[in-house]
Amino acid sequence: MNQIKKLLGLVWMALGPVSAYLLIRIAWQEISAKPVWDTWIQWGIFVGVFLPIAAGMVLFGYYAWKEEYNED
Amino acid sequence: MKKQHGIWKVITASSLGTLIEWYDFYIFGSLATVIAGQFFPKSNPTAALLSTLATFAAGFIVRPFGALVFGRLGDIVGRKYTFLLTLVLMGGSTFAIGLVPSYESIGFAAPIIVLLLRLLQGLALGGEYGGAATYVAEHAPPGKRGYYTSWIQTTATLGLFVSLGVILITRHSLDADRALSIAKFNSWGWRIPFLVSILLVIVSIYIRLRMQESPLFTELKQSGKTATNPLKESFGHRANLKMVLLALFGATMGQGVVWYTGQFYAQSFLENVCKLDFDQSRTILIWAILLGTPFFIVFGGWSDRIGRKWIMLVGMLLAVVTYKPLFGTMLRLTDTAESGSIKTAYTVKTTALGSTGDSFRIQKTIAHFGNGIIQTTVTQDTVYAGGMQQTLKPDIKLSKQVPSATYWKLIAMVWVMILYVTMVYGPIAAFLVELFPTRIRYTSMSLPYHIGNGVFGGLTPFIATLLTTIYTADKLVGLMYPMVVAGLCAVIGAFYLDNRIRKHA
Repeated sequence: MNQIKKLLGLVWMALGPVSAYLLIRIAWQEISAKPVWDTWIQWGIFVGVFLPIAAGMVLFGYYAWKEEYNED
Repeated sequence: MKKQHGIWKVITASSLGTLIEWYDFYIFGSLATVIAGQFFPKSNPTAALLSTLATFAAGFIVRPFGALVFGRLGDIVGRKYTFLLTLVLMGGSTFAIGLVPSYESIGFAAPIIVLLLRLLQGLALGGEYGGAATYVAEHAPPGKRGYYTSWIQTTATLGLFVSLGVILITRHSLDADRALSIAKFNSWGWRIPFLVSILLVIVSIYIRLRMQESPLFTELKQSGKTATNPLKESFGHRANLKMVLLALFGATMGQGVVWYTGQFYAQSFLENVCKLDFDQSRTILIWAILLGTPFFIVFGGWSDRIGRKWIMLVGMLLAVVTYKPLFGTMLRLTDTAESGSIKTAYTVKTTALGSTGDSFRIQKTIAHFGNGIIQTTVTQDTVYAGGMQQTLKPDIKLSKQVPSATYWKLIAMVWVMILYVTMVYGPIAAFLVELFPTRIRYTSMSLPYHIGNGVFGGLTPFIATLLTTIYTADKLVGLMYPMVVAGLCAVIGAFYLDNRIRKHA
């Protein structure tokens, strides 16, 4: 189990940048399609809020990889 | 016996205040459309609604900041005075929203004031829940934390229940004529639920003032071991930060989306996608909540015996697997495409517009379908003199009323979703409290709770609705967001969470 937790850490570390990339891409598409204030504000909020969370996911993966969550 | 009596006093005082805070927070969301008409330019209704939704989201986004500000205060000064302060802040902001003049009266100052007050509401809510949950848990006997904190867990749902009830009662009691009463409510009556809040808050403040500080915090304070910098201890030390991240990604993230899908998106889906009328879509939710609420206590108490982890994760997994069939059934039950219309009533009302010869026309069609659904379509347009011109986009409003059998089936669908809510939410306060030490508990548990609920959960109706506007062909596409988030959270929780109960934490 500890080995699976450690290896899954790589998945969580990858998930952070992947989700951030997808979010920014969708945000850009939406803003380009409808470049008005409402769209900018909406997607600006989403990106601004979710980017630190994506960074948190990378950190979580890093701790898992470093075996911080292993059972004694 | 005296101790037993004491814990119920603690639960009553904490729960009442928390319930009022949730009530205050939800009346704004429940009245989003009405408020849009009052505070945002009416020229573009979509922009007005989006502005309100953005305000709604802003309310949720500041919640994590409230968690940090008041969590820190609660770990330094104490639980009692901190969650007293959040109650005053919340009650004051809610009352003030009820007093703000409309956009027509004071222009752009109106939406700006409302936005600021909404931000204050979010900030207060961010500080309230962690305080109440910690306060009750620190009074509860070891091994009973799940059961006692589950009473606090009912307050979010009951706050929504009370807000829906007050809105419906106010909406129908302003005039003997139903249509006139609704018109009065949309004009000024919507302020009543906001203004009523101040009475509830005063009662709750009085009760809370008479409570004692949490025994564990008092003990810590007397021995001089309270945290001097709870933020640094909570998020600057790896040993605690890793638990904060685990609480967020392995529990609260999934719990938040399941909570908001069951209690908000379900109602929004019934009203906006299934086109159910205002009252039915809300009373369905009221019944489902009423029948589902006792299960918070059931699952909270059960978690004391079998552990918190699997009750929460099974709730998330059931949501992932059954959301599509449940929402699909709701859509099918309210569909009229396959059911022939058997009787229609048609009325037209025209009003002359000045001396131009043009007139404003309201057409109302009532269709009775074979499956018992009564559909009302109201079309508003301008009839131009001479007939050379016509309204390009007439305003069409459609609402359906379902027969009793379908109504109860819809209640059953929403009740199942509320049951998932009770599974994921019932044990979570005890789970979070036990994850962190007393000296930094308020700060540490508040942040993952409010990111999970405020950000992931609070944005569920917004993102789900947004997805349906991007991928218009699939009416269930909005469910992808809660399903993916809850699924990911369940996987993380299954591998990393510990099911052991820390009785003496």
